[in-house]
Amino acid sequence: MKKVIKIARRSFLIGSASIVGGVAFGVYAYHKPGHNVLKDSLNEGEAALTPYVKITPDGIILTTPHCDKGQGAYSVQAALIAEELDVTLEDIQVDPGVPAPVYYNTAISQETVPFASTDNSLIANSVRTTMDAAMKFTGMQITGGSTTVADSYTKLRVAGAVARETLKQAASLQSNIAVEKLRTEKGHVILPNGDQISYLDLARTAANIDPVEEVILKAEDQWRLIGKPMQRIDIEDKSTGKIRYGIDLKLDNMLIATVKQSPTKNGGIKSIELNKADQMPGVEKVVRINNAIAVIAQTTWQAFNAIDEIEIEGNKPDYPLHSDEHWQILENSFQEEKLAFIARDEGDANGENLLNSNKIEREYRAPYVAHAPLEPLNATIKVSEKRVDVWTGTQTPQFLKSQIAKITQMDEDNIHIHAMMMGGSFGHRLETLVMTQAAEIAMAMPGTPIKLIYKREEDFAQDFTRQIAMAKATGHIKGKEIIGLDLGIAMPSVRQSQTSRLGLPDVGKDMQMVAGAWDQPYTIENYKVAAYKAGPLPPVSSWRSVGASSNAFFHDSFLDELIHAADLDPMEERIRLMWHENSRKTLEAVAQMSDWSSPLAKDKARGVAFCLSFGVPCAQVIEISNTPNGIKIDKVFVAAEVGKIIDPINFDNLVKGGVVWGLGHAMNCEITYSDGMVDQTNYHVHEGMRLYQCPEIFVKGLENGEKVKGIGEPPVPPAAPALANAIFAATGKRIREMPFNKHINFI
Amino acid sequence: MREILINGTAYQLDVDGDTPLLWVLRDHVGLTGTKYGCGISQCGACTVHINDMAVRSCSITLDEVDGEITTIEGLSKSSEFHAVQKAWIEHQVAQCGYCQSGQIMAAAAFLEQNPEPTDQDIDQAMSANLCRCGTYPRIREAIKSASKQLNGIEA
Ligand code: FES
Ligand code: FES
Repeated sequence: MKKVIKIARRSFLIGSASIVGGVAFGVYAYHKPGHNVLKDSLNEGEAALTPYVKITPDGIILTTPHCDKGQGAYSVQAALIAEELDVTLEDIQVDPGVPAPVYYNTAISQETVPFASTDNSLIANSVRTTMDAAMKFTGMQITGGSTTVADSYTKLRVAGAVARETLKQAASLQSNIAVEKLRTEKGHVILPNGDQISYLDLARTAANIDPVEEVILKAEDQWRLIGKPMQRIDIEDKSTGKIRYGIDLKLDNMLIATVKQSPTKNGGIKSIELNKADQMPGVEKVVRINNAIAVIAQTTWQAFNAIDEIEIEGNKPDYPLHSDEHWQILENSFQEEKLAFIARDEGDANGENLLNSNKIEREYRAPYVAHAPLEPLNATIKVSEKRVDVWTGTQTPQFLKSQIAKITQMDEDNIHIHAMMMGGSFGHRLETLVMTQAAEIAMAMPGTPIKLIYKREEDFAQDFTRQIAMAKATGHIKGKEIIGLDLGIAMPSVRQSQTSRLGLPDVGKDMQMVAGAWDQPYTIENYKVAAYKAGPLPPVSSWRSVGASSNAFFHDSFLDELIHAADLDPMEERIRLMWHENSRKTLEAVAQMSDWSSPLAKDKARGVAFCLSFGVPCAQVIEISNTPNGIKIDKVFVAAEVGKIIDPINFDNLVKGGVVWGLGHAMNCEITYSDGMVDQTNYHVHEGMRLYQCPEIFVKGLENGEKVKGIGEPPVPPAAPALANAIFAATGKRIREMPFNKHINFI
Repeated sequence: MREILINGTAYQLDVDGDTPLLWVLRDHVGLTGTKYGCGISQCGACTVHINDMAVRSCSITLDEVDGEITTIEGLSKSSEFHAVQKAWIEHQVAQCGYCQSGQIMAAAAFLEQNPEPTDQDIDQAMSANLCRCGTYPRIREAIKSASKQLNGIEA
């Protein structure tokens, strides 16, 4: 099936679904075309055919605005453009590009609107489209929320197709042959007689003609790249040590800085004892910055040594000092005044039917956990007289630019962000504190590039962690039927914490407070999910899968408890209750993959869990052994519905990584507070999964859905409840609190 | 002044002998393939070889180094990739890739000593190296295929 995509020239119609993501040349701002930033820096003989495709006499450069945190985003984006442009991945270079509003992310707003992703009603779609327009307006270039693929799928293919058709026009002009008689292949326009003109030789002509306005995207059966296993473009460099991350940057005259912040986070600094750190070998300067002290030294080791000497006492923060008090705050949040909103309210919670049923009440907990990507936070900044250069890995380059401009009091046009490869993020690099600190430090030494590196201990101490959360659940069973599920969830609002740090207003409902719970596609007569806002608590941020990382554990564990209480089969009953077909198919798939109804050895058991998050239904079955030395996780079966798999290898790798992430933290990770300070200092007390604990993981991607979705986060939420459900099946012990190793041993 | 041998090259270094080898490599020699992850022997990102033994370079000082150092940059002794690197590429192990220099160095030293490891051997040998991205299933596969390749070559 071929699709003709008409390119809107100037206006962006709110409410027109066909326009979402389908705009050539990337995007158009309200009433005027988005500025093609690539045109700003062209040399003679180069053409920027769209904001994503630049052709120079030396090569083809594709711009991939979604940053690569390790999820393979560069490769996926390049493949989408290359598919339509008719070039091979070996023939192109990839450039993360400069931050610019034209690269705004249309998909991320969809996770912030109060409509379930299964809700395709007119009103839901029109609100989503309106949100898209708002996103574009503010120029949010964000990588997060598993949106890379969703945002890019049509947009980048159209960009590739427009460039291809424009090159054909150029070839037609040069050769005097009608466009219809030309075709393209491997970076060349092919003439009817078999002669070829390289794209590179067409750049000059193409630069002087108007890009075409109407393109036809290739039919799926013509695809060379999409859907087939790809070799990631950075895989060799990542297997030879050649790849350069932000922390590896070396510039002439560069100095190294490290910081120690108030250990009580927003409490601020009460006192600082330098202990002669400023006189230690290699130390150039000790600088007081906002809420922290920084050491600038010749080498990293000298900076680390000096910072270790410095003692900082923090003031009392605005949150309680100890973790038990934090739990107390959550406990006390389940009351009318703290009710943020009711996200789902079906049936009558006080109805007659419920009164004559079996009532079950439970409580669940999810602790703070750290992001701790293996590359510690870092940023390099050089403040010169007329410009500021920033080298760092960031998920929000546009925000960063405006923040650095504010701190250095420079014009935004003079702030130059150089995107660096990231050694993981998981949400950590959504935050910009390390960059703004680096800017403050660099201002103390104008003209000298300063690389700020956090010690691992500081990275742990100052992480804006995953939210702490608690759920109170009430269920009702009548005979063998679940007739009521009422879930109250209390947590601090991640979004409010983030916007307050950015100085932005926080408006509307924070749907992440109920994500992974309120929109689960089950039919239960009396079904209620409510959010309670808890605080004051320490600052928190997005952690791989955000709200769903705690809420799926609450929702699915409780559902499992109700199903067991009704003496039903956990798989069959979930399937029976599910109204959403594509979600049900993921459960059916894992049932089959795991051979669910087959008997297991006496010491083995299975658990199932399901969560719809980020628009992706994902079901998992976990098989475990109950050994004398503890629980051993043997196998995990995963099925996820993503509409379209761009690269099956990357898909498989991301799903397995998500499962390891979800299980590892559920098993043994938590961040706690004493005296207002984080207790955990390094990986030995926040370990996650190690290789010997890693189960065999079997992955199946389903492609029944209409919309293309990303897979970075959705495998995380079901992992914890599937494990807890399996532990119950194996031992009869129901664990309602993460990390599970507080209650049971793992091998 | 001190002389150390790294990847077959002798370096004259004027560095405080208490400096951990990790930072000597990264800041003084300019070999940044070896990574800093934890600084306390917990993650393995900084793994290098000293006389073919896998060592956590964050936890050994320059003065303590006794022998020839091999880093990820020098793992392959020829123009071809080392068998472990080949397997890592073939299985597309890396996600963010930050841990992988350490993983590859650990695997190479391990296979040198135990060319035909059992699954249990692999689990034991490789569990000191953390991967936050969760590439463990592919690390296992890659080690098995590297082992086959190495044994093929040696046979
Ligand atoms: S940095 Fe050496 S083991 Fe982590
Ligand atoms: S690949 Fe990212 S930490 Fe291992």
